Amino acid sequence: MTAYLIRRVITSIVVLLGVSIVIFFLLHLIYPSPAQDVLGAKATNAAVNAWNKQNGFDRPWILQYLSYIGNALHGNLGYSYKLNQSVAALFGERWARSLYLSGMSLLLSVLLAIPLGIYQAVRRNSLSDNTMTTAAFILYAMPVFFLALILIQAFALSLHIFSYEASQSTSVWAVMADWHAMTLPIATLTLISVAGYSRYMRSSAMDALAQDYIKAARAKGLPERLVLFRHLVRNACLPMVTLIGLSIPVLLAGNLITEQVFNYQGLGLLFYNSLGNVDYDVLIAYTLIGATLVIVGNLVADIALTVADPRIRLA
Amino acid sequence: MSNIDSLVLSPLGGARLPEGGDVGPIQSGWRLAVREFASNRLAVLGSAILVFFLVFCFAGPLFYHGQTINTNLLATNLPPGAGHLLGTTSEGFDELALLMRGGQASLEVAFLAAAFGIVLGSIWGAVAGLVGGIVDSVMMRIVDVFLSIPILFVVLIIAVRYGPSVLSLGLIIGGYYWLVPARLVRGEVLTLRTRDFVSAARIAGVRPWRLIGRHLIPNAVGVMIVNVTFNVADAILLVAALGYLGFGLQYPTEDWGDMLSNGIGYMQDGYWWLVYPVGACIVLVVMACNLIGDALRDSFDVRLRRR
Repeated sequence: MTAYLIRRVITSIVVLLGVSIVIFFLLHLIYPSPAQDVLGAKATNAAVNAWNKQNGFDRPWILQYLSYIGNALHGNLGYSYKLNQSVAALFGERWARSLYLSGMSLLLSVLLAIPLGIYQAVRRNSLSDNTMTTAAFILYAMPVFFLALILIQAFALSLHIFSYEASQSTSVWAVMADWHAMTLPIATLTLISVAGYSRYMRSSAMDALAQDYIKAARAKGLPERLVLFRHLVRNACLPMVTLIGLSIPVLLAGNLITEQVFNYQGLGLLFYNSLGNVDYDVLIAYTLIGATLVIVGNLVADIALTVADPRIRLA
Repeated sequence: MSNIDSLVLSPLGGARLPEGGDVGPIQSGWRLAVREFASNRLAVLGSAILVFFLVFCFAGPLFYHGQTINTNLLATNLPPGAGHLLGTTSEGFDELALLMRGGQASLEVAFLAAAFGIVLGSIWGAVAGLVGGIVDSVMMRIVDVFLSIPILFVVLIIAVRYGPSVLSLGLIIGGYYWLVPARLVRGEVLTLRTRDFVSAARIAGVRPWRLIGRHLIPNAVGVMIVNVTFNVADAILLVAALGYLGFGLQYPTEDWGDMLSNGIGYMQDGYWWLVYPVGACIVLVVMACNLIGDALRDSFDVRLRRR
């Protein structure tokens, strides 16, 4: 068990190093230096060269990479020349808001998907199962922004129940309290994830229902309620752990688009705005953070699964 | 096997079990897979939708002519009517003709990306699985690395710098969609390479590339086709997201995401025909691909189960 964990952590660190090299090299290839953006389009070549030399952009990319990683490990993620702020400070202002949006949606979608999936598996091929499957298929095929748009049209513009814009407050506590503004963004992300999760949960619960221990539990006369709660739920939920770990890239992408649609001042919107400005350091830092989240998510999911399921404890 | 129960119970289960004493007709795995697929109503529905959209987008412009290139300020934002079956946009473009052209771009990018991805991925996975050892480890860690980088971010960064075309966008997205197939094909090859027919081929002196091309890939084709259908669905959504964020294909090439993004600006004015038809197109095509993929996965499962 310990040996497996150590091996797994080391692999993750190697992959993380590879990721940082690839991202840095890719961005370096696309934007060799932010000089022109910082100095303006009219800057002379001499000025650009001088700026590059001064800021270390004339060195080979591998040296730039090493100094970037060195800085990043000390918490210095670079400087946004467009917003005149350090990237770390920019992220510090916003990460809590993104975490709230994504975390809340993830929590809600898991809490919804588990009972939905089990219900569908138990009542498989009934009218309610088929209706929910159809709904899941439609939601799963829906672009995030299109769903957001429909929700805005229905609940904000027609019915005036919720706001079409997310909370603009700078305090995350105020954001959390503002359900009027936060319901639609959270609902958008939740609905998109619930579609995939509930379908997965349904097939996982169906597999579990066909197992002998369920037959044994029924055969010994256990009420159906207890069969489901004691024997089915925990076993059927196991594969969900892996799924949630794997769905982090999707969550990040959904987060970016949702923040853009609802003008929510989180990390995704910062990234989106930085695209237009070519704000080099923000782009690289957020891509790196996103990749780190993916790797850590997979690692945590693997470890959680090994802890939860004795059958897959590898020596 | 617990699957027996689900086969008997399933109303969709076309693969009826022989009654006691009967012996079912001996059929090839492929025919079983096709029969299982055809008996799945959802799969047939998905195929029908996909075929409809392929015809609509690629053959439609031959029969329905509408202005999509030159602006016509005398015919802006017209509601659906006789001259323009789905109304016009703010530039005076015919929405229905635009839907066909936008669909061409979206579908072309998606199919190109999926095709590029499956070719690269299956070669990569087959080589890794066949060679094994340190080469396999290195090749799979490379897959892990790329799979950890959120694709939307990278595609956005590249698209901002180089305004994308159908070809470049297809290749960029395809440059990501080879990762999962590589893993899947490697997994298949790992189990296949211990089988007798592969050993036999090796003993007969078949070269590695021929082994991959003639013996390994054809046997992993089920897994590959399923993956392609899901990738096409994903790619259509990704292209739409790019278009919506404003970094997709540029005029005069337009895709469904661009159209939706343009239409949203007129939502408040009640120009519903600029939003809902194109949204429905995206949802339907993606749903069709997912339905087909699900059914194919089930039918190949049957084929493997019955072997």
